[in-house]
Amino acid sequence: MMLNDHLLSLLIWLPIVGGFAVLFLGERGAAARWLALVVSGLALALSVPLYASFKVGTAEMQFVERTAWIPAIHADFYIGVDGISLPLILLTTFTTVLIVIAGWTNVEKRIAQYLGAFLILEGLMIGVFSALDAALFYVFWEAMLIPMFIIIGVWGGPRRVYATIKFFLYTFIGSLLMLVALIYIYLKTGTYELAEFQRMPLSLTEQTFIFLAFFSAFAVKVPMWPVHTWLPDAHVEAPTGGSVVLAAIMLKMGGYGFLRFSLPIAPDAARELDWLIITLSLIAVVYIGFVALAQRDMKKLIAYSSIAHMGFVTLGAFIGYQIVAHTGKTTGIEMGLDGAVVQMISHGLVSGAMFLCVGVMYDRVHSREISAYGGVVNTMPKFAVFMMLFALANTGLPGTSGFVGEFLVILASFKANVWYAFLAGTTLVLGAAYTLWLVKRVIFGEVANDKVAALKDINGREFLVLGALAVAVLLVGLWPAPLLDVMRASTEHLAQQLLVSKISP
Amino acid sequence: MNSFSAADFNAGLSLAAPEMFLGVAACAILMLDLVLGDAQRKLNGILAVVTLLVTAALVALHPVSTRIVALGGLFEIDRMAQVLKVVTLLTVAVVFVYSTDYLQRRAILKGEYYVLGLFATLGAMVLISAGSLITLYLGLELMSLCLYTMVAFDRDSGIAAESAIKYFVLGSMASGTLLYGMSIVYGVTGGLELAAIAGAVHGALGDNVGLIFGIAFILVGVGFKLGAVPFHMWIPDVYEGSPTCVTVFIGTASKLAAFALAMRLLPEALAGAQADWSQMLVVLAVLSMAIGNIVAIAQSNLKRMLAYSTISHVGYVLLGILAGTSQGYQAAMFYMISYVIVAAGAFGMILLLARQGFEADRIVDFKGLNARSPWFAGMMAILMFSLAGVPPFVGFWAKLGVIQAVLGVSYTWLAVVAVLFSVVGAFYYLRIVKVMYFDEPVDATVLGGSTLMRTVLSANALLVFALGVIPGALIALCQRALP
Repeated sequence: MMLNDHLLSLLIWLPIVGGFAVLFLGERGAAARWLALVVSGLALALSVPLYASFKVGTAEMQFVERTAWIPAIHADFYIGVDGISLPLILLTTFTTVLIVIAGWTNVEKRIAQYLGAFLILEGLMIGVFSALDAALFYVFWEAMLIPMFIIIGVWGGPRRVYATIKFFLYTFIGSLLMLVALIYIYLKTGTYELAEFQRMPLSLTEQTFIFLAFFSAFAVKVPMWPVHTWLPDAHVEAPTGGSVVLAAIMLKMGGYGFLRFSLPIAPDAARELDWLIITLSLIAVVYIGFVALAQRDMKKLIAYSSIAHMGFVTLGAFIGYQIVAHTGKTTGIEMGLDGAVVQMISHGLVSGAMFLCVGVMYDRVHSREISAYGGVVNTMPKFAVFMMLFALANTGLPGTSGFVGEFLVILASFKANVWYAFLAGTTLVLGAAYTLWLVKRVIFGEVANDKVAALKDINGREFLVLGALAVAVLLVGLWPAPLLDVMRASTEHLAQQLLVSKISP
Repeated sequence: MNSFSAADFNAGLSLAAPEMFLGVAACAILMLDLVLGDAQRKLNGILAVVTLLVTAALVALHPVSTRIVALGGLFEIDRMAQVLKVVTLLTVAVVFVYSTDYLQRRAILKGEYYVLGLFATLGAMVLISAGSLITLYLGLELMSLCLYTMVAFDRDSGIAAESAIKYFVLGSMASGTLLYGMSIVYGVTGGLELAAIAGAVHGALGDNVGLIFGIAFILVGVGFKLGAVPFHMWIPDVYEGSPTCVTVFIGTASKLAAFALAMRLLPEALAGAQADWSQMLVVLAVLSMAIGNIVAIAQSNLKRMLAYSTISHVGYVLLGILAGTSQGYQAAMFYMISYVIVAAGAFGMILLLARQGFEADRIVDFKGLNARSPWFAGMMAILMFSLAGVPPFVGFWAKLGVIQAVLGVSYTWLAVVAVLFSVVGAFYYLRIVKVMYFDEPVDATVLGGSTLMRTVLSANALLVFALGVIPGALIALCQRALP
């Protein structure tokens, strides 16, 4: 079928080309909004056949497209999806539509550039998740920084310039070290094909350096403690849409990178250095959980909560080595990996929703301070229901998407070491504490001031956005089987890959 | 020097036809300028651009497969020469298009600008095709003398005169040092032709102290012409002090010539002593990347910032050369060509924003450009991100190439140093994007520039984008040029 043959490249190029078209609309705001909606809607519609025709039960790459790109350096335009990247692509197309709708009226300044940047960003992010060629991956990975830099810098808060330059440079430095590692492997394999990178035998020393180079790129993106400091700044200053993309999708690229690059390319180094990742993940879960508790700014609180939740992703990805070391068995590895991927999707939905909720309140009151609110439920009952639901999902309540991922990761940690599971489990207490305390102070209680008293409940557009996310959160929480089925074969394959030593004889 | 027959002479002349055409045409334009009134002065510019395009066509249409040495070893033409000449000629044509408006608005539109520019181009071409130390030096001096004059071209500007003197004094010293180095090499090897020197060095002379001494002096000269630290002192002052239409010439066409100078002398003539000069270049490269990128951060003048940026980019070009592999030379050539394309655009943007009595060379002059002209703000953003080495722009592939080159010869630490300094560099390029996009305009003047200039400038920036998305052709071109 013609469409399926080019579905993936269409998903990449449609938003990029559409994004440039939106840019050219310039002052014609209404036209820009509608065109952006059509483009992002089409991208979402195109991702439906991607899911529908996806063959479950194989770890092979699907929807593969390959054309020569730069023959001189043996780089191809080579894309495809497997069970790990497919959910992330769906998350991307879904989130972008919501961002376009959410920014419909509350972004007034240069709306065409705003929407154009998000559409271009969408195409680039899908490119990152589907690239099977390291050079192509790197181009998408870095190019993505440009629209995000502009988004935070133009439509952000008062300290936006500081935040966006910090964001750019932090991620840039990590990425460049990864580039050195990629070129190093390329010089050994003679091709940028990712599968070759994964097959290439490497000595332990080489693997260790490569692992650390990848780590510098992905740990910054996730972000892991202690290289997380750009995230609270970027989140606080970014416009709502920017925060949503950052939290929902960009952070996932770090996790995706660990699964796609670090583990299969340097499995032996990953085994040697798993203590590093596990320690940092647990610090993220426990320490950052406490930090979140101390925040007075709603966006900052959710940003820190994101770091803590992403700790589960890295923990789940690397816990397998500890399971093998402690039990000698391999059962449970893919449980950790499954948990990591589900956690990425769930966190994408929940944190995106939380940032949209803050955006809804910020549009009305123009403050992100928790102390500026109180008793919002009295004036915005419908909104309060959504906020409460997402807050509960953030704490990992069974029945919401937040539960599935955390549960799987904690379960896997139990197999490795009870103490890991115990420390990871503190999130159930800490997460509940900071999230519910936030809800208590903002939503419940007496009406705090005149501004809150004057609040109007969410309109139809906001209801649509939050409602769509609520459905998704509940769907993944109550019936995670389709999601797990899609990824199972790929995580099983990865679980085998990370156990096979690649040390060259 | 070898004696050569009349037949050789004729064959050589036909190879040098583009150079001769350019020289004759430059003289003709000089004469024509005498009879033109001030109102028709623009004709000079048009004729100069046509001359350059015709010369470029003459060079490009001549099939070159291997290196041909002619005129008794004085002149040689190979694929590298062909590519560099075409790029130089096209760059100068673009520079002339950018400059015409600027000169006119300043009432300094004189025929001499074009004539000197054409002679400087001729010098660059002779240098690129030089087969012996004599022609190499001849081309270099023809180009340099024209450039010194061009810097002082705006007679009423004190700062330009100061820059010209500085450039002249330091440039002469560098030329002298280069010549001294060449004479030592001649004394040691007994040859003036590059091939003869290469043969002698390849033999038993590898660790000859005199030769190493000569190489050191040659490197000083080459380092000066390229603008590598610690021989970079002239660059910021000359870039800032020259009229912008001359800065763009120095920042683009003369860089290509300096690259050719380095390529002819080091990998071609002194290939046998690669271990010696490579070590020295490591120092120059690291210092250039470090000082160029760090000092650029402190600049508030855009021309000065671009000057330090040039210095840092030269450091990256040197990475490719010092690798000493053909992959490295290809990467260096790719880097230089792509840098020249980007730099032409960046200076072109300053020329576009400049108007009568206003140079637009401070960074704050770009404030809020996105509100004034989203299109050209976008073009400038492309150029800045390319300089920073962010994909999908051509600057990224340039960096990728040179990093690959140094990794290929196991200089892993050098690759890490290179990427770390490019992060430092990213900061000041981002600052330009920041003032254009995040700040509000302080100056609401509508952008000037003729339609032709705007079109060429847009094409220039879009080329940076296009080569970033599909760099294969240019990479392949460089690979064929330096097999």
